[in-house]
Amino acid sequence: MTSDTDQQRRGPRPGTDVAPLPPRPDATAPDGIHPHGGGAPPYADPGDAAARPKHHGRGLRALRRPLGIGVVTLWLSVIVLLPLAALTVAAFDEGLAGFWEAVTAPAAVAALWVTVLVSAIVALVNAVVGTLVAWVLVRDEFRGKRFVNAVIDLPFALPTIVASIVLLSLYGPNSPIGVELNATRWGLVVALLFVTLPFVVRSVQPVLIEADHEVEEAAASLGASTWTTFRRIVLPTLAPAILSGTGLAFARAIGEYGSVVLIGGNIPRETQVASQYIQQQIEIDRPLNAAAVSVALLAIAFVTLLLLRVVSGRSQRREERDA
Amino acid sequence: MITVTSARKNYGSFAALDDVSLDIPSGSLTALLGPSGSGKSTLLRSIAGLEELDSGTVTIEGRDVTDEPPQRRGIGFVFQHYAAFKHMTVRDNVAFGLTIRKRPKAETRKKVDELLEIVGLDGFQHRYPAQLSGGQRQRMALARALAVDPQVLLLDEPFGALDAKVRTDLRQWLRRLHDEVHVTTVLVTHDQEEALDVADRIAVLNKGRIEQVGDPVTLYERPANDFVMGFLGSVAHLGGQLVRPHDIALERDRATALALDAKVVDSPGVIDAVVERVVPLGFEVRVELRAESGERFAAQITRRDAAELQLREGEKIHARATGRSSVIDVDPALAI
Repeated sequence: MTSDTDQQRRGPRPGTDVAPLPPRPDATAPDGIHPHGGGAPPYADPGDAAARPKHHGRGLRALRRPLGIGVVTLWLSVIVLLPLAALTVAAFDEGLAGFWEAVTAPAAVAALWVTVLVSAIVALVNAVVGTLVAWVLVRDEFRGKRFVNAVIDLPFALPTIVASIVLLSLYGPNSPIGVELNATRWGLVVALLFVTLPFVVRSVQPVLIEADHEVEEAAASLGASTWTTFRRIVLPTLAPAILSGTGLAFARAIGEYGSVVLIGGNIPRETQVASQYIQQQIEIDRPLNAAAVSVALLAIAFVTLLLLRVVSGRSQRREERDA
Repeated sequence: MITVTSARKNYGSFAALDDVSLDIPSGSLTALLGPSGSGKSTLLRSIAGLEELDSGTVTIEGRDVTDEPPQRRGIGFVFQHYAAFKHMTVRDNVAFGLTIRKRPKAETRKKVDELLEIVGLDGFQHRYPAQLSGGQRQRMALARALAVDPQVLLLDEPFGALDAKVRTDLRQWLRRLHDEVHVTTVLVTHDQEEALDVADRIAVLNKGRIEQVGDPVTLYERPANDFVMGFLGSVAHLGGQLVRPHDIALERDRATALALDAKVVDSPGVIDAVVERVVPLGFEVRVELRAESGERFAAQITRRDAAELQLREGEKIHARATGRSSVIDVDPALAI
């Protein structure tokens, strides 16, 4: 079992590493972790678990657990849940019918459609290009690799309005390279690609670094071409990371405002995205419309993250472990 | 037959393979034995095509594969850390080589089931690698490598990651498997006991060179040099010579010792020593001694002999070498 322990030490496996420590508030186990505790191999002697000193520091634990849960609940409520609840209440100010009317207004539907369409394109492009960038950064050695690696995070750190101006000066009217994208959907795509660049790269990179190169050699020894090996061996390993990066990029894209505000042009039914529509409705004093579309955006983001969790949870259950 | 000719491989200034030539007969189970950094893994990976030689050639069954990628060498490779495809079931793992060759599904399934039965994993078809123990994973890896009917089976420290008990079981199992399947097998190991136990030929490597090739008995009894002797079993320094600890006899009476020693050709002579420690090892007893010269050495004698001698710590005793077969002069440059 030497290898198993080695692997546990190497792999990021929160459940196990914490488990044997004496004060063990059960509630701290992050959800989404397999009931086996992640690291404990299913074939391990069940006596192992029984032998753990579970009951040390009982008094401390008894006090600590409700305190911890209390802080987390309070924080989440104040920062996340209460504002969301307030928003939802505002959206349903005139009942379900009022909400429905606001959401299905042609301009609102158009804005939501543009948002989802553009974000989906951006997410898909990111899935492919982000994976490629991560691959090159991990597997290839070239001059300036560290510089490139640092540049990846720049769009993330840059205020989005600055990104917008940067893009406008390049792709705007009188573009120095002759490509004018302002007030087009392609302009939106480029702006969103700019700000969502790091998501897939940064989620795939660590997985690729940790990936066992011998597995690819094994596939090659069995006759698999480089492409077959990538498709059947490497890609399934990267899939959860690609998916989660893509999902985050999508979620970021549907809510993006700053980077698209200048280059998008805010043309209703053409390049007006949901965030701009919301802004517009507030300005013309239609808070209900703004709240309703916000709730729609919220629902889309929520469903995206939910799907992401379900899918990555499933592959994690199958794969997360020790070899 | 695998033939490696004048293989050289450098990593920077480090010579992993320094002009290595080796023939591995068809159907044999050959062990490449050596300490870490001796080039044994590099040699194996070069045969597999996972490592490119700087110069030299590799032929497998008469075919020059030096410039062929691993995909076209007709090999099966087993890694120390299993290299299991974690997202696939045991069945899909073993079937991988056949699936990508687009063999008919029924044929693949039949072959996989047969192999899983041979490696003792019948009934585990639908498990994932994570649900197997280390030993089971390695047997799955073996079945996976055998599925493509390789001309040669290459094993890189296949039992290195397993605990001692599983390791001994699995190597005996591998020996039986080889007797059934007869595929030319090359096994890399740093464990001399494993090499002696499982292989019918052993090539001892050191510092990128082959020191000696032969069957286990020859290597043990007639080592070509003191590196081979030292690596294939324990040795004791006795009067400037290397002797196997069990080829040392202890006598209470100096005259008897001298008389018996006179019959041994090239003997290191009778060494007067003090018993420092007596360690019972089950069937045998290890006696740790200090010669008058201050040099420490150990003798391994049977329990019966130990009982007759009634050894006590601190007592004086006379040591002599009993045979010359495993006695070789120490090369002062290599003195351990």
